[in-house]
Amino acid sequence: MKDLIKRVVETYGPAGNERRIRELLQSEIAPFVDEMRIDALGNLIALKRGGGKKLMLAAHMDEIGVMVTHIDKNGFLRFYPVGGLSPLTLLGNRVVFENGTVGVIGAEKLEAQKDLTLHKLFIDIGATSKEEAETKVGLGDVAAMMREFADLGKRLVAKAMDDRIACAILVEALKEVKHAAYDIYAVFTTQEEVGLRGARVAAYGITPDLGIAVDVTRTGDTPEAMVMDVSLGQGPTVKIRDSSLICTPSVRKFMEEVAVQNGIKYQLEVLEAGGTDAGAIQLTKGGIPAGVMSIPCRYIHTASEMVDYDDVLNGVKLLTHIMETEFKG
Amino acid sequence: MMVEATGVSGHETPVAALIKDTFLALADDVRIDVMGNVVAQKKGEGEDDISIMLAAHMDEIGLMVTKIDERGFLKFIAIGGIDQRTLVAQEVIVHGKRELIGIIGMKPPHLMSPEETQVAVKIQDMVIDLGLSHDEVRQLVSIGDVVTINRKFIPLAGDFVAAKAMDDRAAVAVLGECLQVLKMIRHQADVYAVATVQEEVGLGGALVSTYRLKPHIGIAIDVCHGEMPGVPEQDTAPMGKGPNIALGANIHPKLYERLVEVAKEHNIPYTLDPLPGASGTDAWAMQVTRAGVPTALVSLPLRYMHTSVETLSMSDIKSTARLLAYFIASVDKSFVEGLLCY
Amino acid sequence: MLLKKLSEAFGPSGCEGDVRNVLLEELTPYVQEWQRDALGNLIAVKPHPRGPRVMLAAHMDECGLMVSSIDRSGLLRFRKVGGIDDRVLVSKHVVIGPKKISGIIGAKAIHLQKPEERSQVIPLSGLYIDIGAKSKEDAEKLVKIGDYAVFATEYKALSDTVVVGKSFDNRAGCAILAEILKEDFALDLFGAFTVQEEVGLRGAGVAAYGISPDLAIVLEGTTCNDLPPSKEHGYCTTLGGGPALTAMDASVICDKAMIGELLRLAKENDIPIQFKRSITGGSDGGRINQTKDGIPVVVISVPCRYIHSPVSMLSLTDFNHTLQLVKLFLTSIAEGGFTR
Repeated sequence: MKDLIKRVVETYGPAGNERRIRELLQSEIAPFVDEMRIDALGNLIALKRGGGKKLMLAAHMDEIGVMVTHIDKNGFLRFYPVGGLSPLTLLGNRVVFENGTVGVIGAEKLEAQKDLTLHKLFIDIGATSKEEAETKVGLGDVAAMMREFADLGKRLVAKAMDDRIACAILVEALKEVKHAAYDIYAVFTTQEEVGLRGARVAAYGITPDLGIAVDVTRTGDTPEAMVMDVSLGQGPTVKIRDSSLICTPSVRKFMEEVAVQNGIKYQLEVLEAGGTDAGAIQLTKGGIPAGVMSIPCRYIHTASEMVDYDDVLNGVKLLTHIMETEFKG
Repeated sequence: MMVEATGVSGHETPVAALIKDTFLALADDVRIDVMGNVVAQKKGEGEDDISIMLAAHMDEIGLMVTKIDERGFLKFIAIGGIDQRTLVAQEVIVHGKRELIGIIGMKPPHLMSPEETQVAVKIQDMVIDLGLSHDEVRQLVSIGDVVTINRKFIPLAGDFVAAKAMDDRAAVAVLGECLQVLKMIRHQADVYAVATVQEEVGLGGALVSTYRLKPHIGIAIDVCHGEMPGVPEQDTAPMGKGPNIALGANIHPKLYERLVEVAKEHNIPYTLDPLPGASGTDAWAMQVTRAGVPTALVSLPLRYMHTSVETLSMSDIKSTARLLAYFIASVDKSFVEGLLCY
Repeated sequence: MLLKKLSEAFGPSGCEGDVRNVLLEELTPYVQEWQRDALGNLIAVKPHPRGPRVMLAAHMDECGLMVSSIDRSGLLRFRKVGGIDDRVLVSKHVVIGPKKISGIIGAKAIHLQKPEERSQVIPLSGLYIDIGAKSKEDAEKLVKIGDYAVFATEYKALSDTVVVGKSFDNRAGCAILAEILKEDFALDLFGAFTVQEEVGLRGAGVAAYGISPDLAIVLEGTTCNDLPPSKEHGYCTTLGGGPALTAMDASVICDKAMIGELLRLAKENDIPIQFKRSITGGSDGGRINQTKDGIPVVVISVPCRYIHSPVSMLSLTDFNHTLQLVKLFLTSIAEGGFTR
């Protein structure tokens, strides 16, 4: 599965610009699903029939990025973040545009380090004039982080583990599932990073009976970390709450039962700050029971997000068993 | 008693069961929907199929356990808008495998420097002490368990009362009183009295129940700030002087006018709340459901909101209930049709 | 002149009646069918058997004030409607309520202030509207709690191309939409004059829910900050730079195909065009985009200096270019020359 993960994380696809990652995912899942369609926001919605209730699974394919808002006379680019970005994680990093143009993030002079804000940064694509820059990029173009996948053995590191690792898991689960207990709508959503936007409209269109999002979550297992009882290597999590939703208790219970019944190691998760597609799904129409399975991940929203490979494999197992077990809540 | 029951946002099942039982005697039908809202329906006499939805949220703010440390102390976060200063030196109930009493304590004054005492304790630095060993705690408590303040209902002088969760269970009590009054007066419209969930964490319960019920009129009943020292008079409502009726963008002007008319007609005291923007209540979610719903907001003046000693006047509960009941009785099909004429 | 009438109309969020009336009067000869909804949106319906169904949206409301209490002395306290910077309030003339009573927002005279005070912002609690009443009873004869107020700004032309007036955000957008509705396009067209954008993007989403369009074009009057001491990348838009497209704002990522077509039409027809260079702040586009199972959206704006203040400024050249561009776009959609 590491090969799939590498391809999926390295593909370009910031929020609003998901075409390439969507095409890759389409080709991966095509042999394993009955139908596929793309909706008005670019969500990839795949249906795998199994009869029974409608289960919507969501993994977002968009990653964070930076959008060009101004090109100055010397060819430097000013930008706005697409999704949540800290200036600390951008400084000195490389970004890449859809057409392959590479840029470096530089900063204006600072009186003090604490004065560093996104507005003091710019992108240098090596152009020497506005005209030259305009041959390579345009206003409104978005660049993603540029970093290769690294296999550390038990641990894997890449940009966009949030949420491509979940996309890879969903792909694998679609391959693995034998007896689907639902009509499964596997949705690779768009624009989660800018406000759960893809999931919201996809859920309206599908109106599922149950919705489960797959995302990443923070850990509390690094030096002087924030308080959080989630660690790498302790299994995928069943989420209790984050800032976008309080998971429907019956769904959380169901997910825990599936894990226990199938001997899959898992952890419980309370995330203080951060939201997921399930938050949008839960409030669709008259309300939808919703839950989340997360993969613990260190250094989220940096160019080097780290997950544990066993957590990923257990995540595939748990998701596959969920797809094969009827939710009676 | 409703306020003493537990119902932290997202975990309203205990208080929902209590409210459902209460409403069963007052309505024709009571159900709990997929999100946990309690929906009581009382049919009207009319054949025109017009309906009015009343919403009062049953969830309360609280805490959630995030970690059990090596010594059995609990770390936690807030669910909803909690002022961390109201937590210190409180007795709490941790809703684990059974209800456990705990203390959010503080370093004694003898060991504090004068500078330390000038700074509020941060929630990240607080722990809940259950007085049990680590192993005992692990057996009984899990991360994700909710925690409420241990506070009983306290009658004060006159008809003032104090408790936790008056925001917004007092309004749920208004719903019950209103249904009671409706038994004795005639009304055309069907009434849905909804005890909503998760208002404190984003108005989610109101959003989905309004979608489901498709009412012609939606009225939220919530609480507003009662007069108290240190707060400018124009930002509060007097206690015991009746419901506070809102006007502004979140409120349909004809509903506001009708509520005031009804109050005057029935000699119900009231005050006004000029509200140009977001109300921060279920009315905000109700108004923009589907193709829009005419909404109104009526509030109970409440002191010390979002503490465990929220205080209000019982007479305000009664007068608010009467205002709503008489308003409902005044609604017919032509009034509802008129709401779309701008 | 329509832009003048609209600019001078009284229409803070939640009280858009005056603007509705101006539009109805202007457009009755051209629009046979109107829809209204629970929030007060005014929707012009120009049906056509052939799709796609297109929604044009322009919000009617402006920022303003609301009377919140009346002091014993007859001075009025107020709250803001929408995002007004506190600093633009002092020393201004406003009109209040249905009778348009005049009031002024005064402040302590400079002679009575300490030097330190002069560099501080006067908090809202330190501001009053004075309508000349001698007491609370006196004031209550003229105004009441809940009355709305707007700045008393007259529309003026500073030259052939530059005009000033209040609320070009978004009476400029409304004027453009109105002019479009005077023509016919071979499209199922809904022109929505929406409410309450300034207090939370409230009207557009419910209007879109009722209309269920295939795509939507939002017309706005937007920030133009091409003034010293700002640097060029902080201008957002420039006056005279032509209609401004939003690639992304805080609420929406606009549809790439629609943006591509607009850029192409602008180039082909020699219409200057620019991108909004600031992404803070949401728009009605976001609510429409997220309605039902998703609606592709583009936001096109007329650059306006000094929005959300008593007097804003725009260039009629930009205004006319924006109008021209939108008409070309609608024609292109109708001809099927544009596919998503």
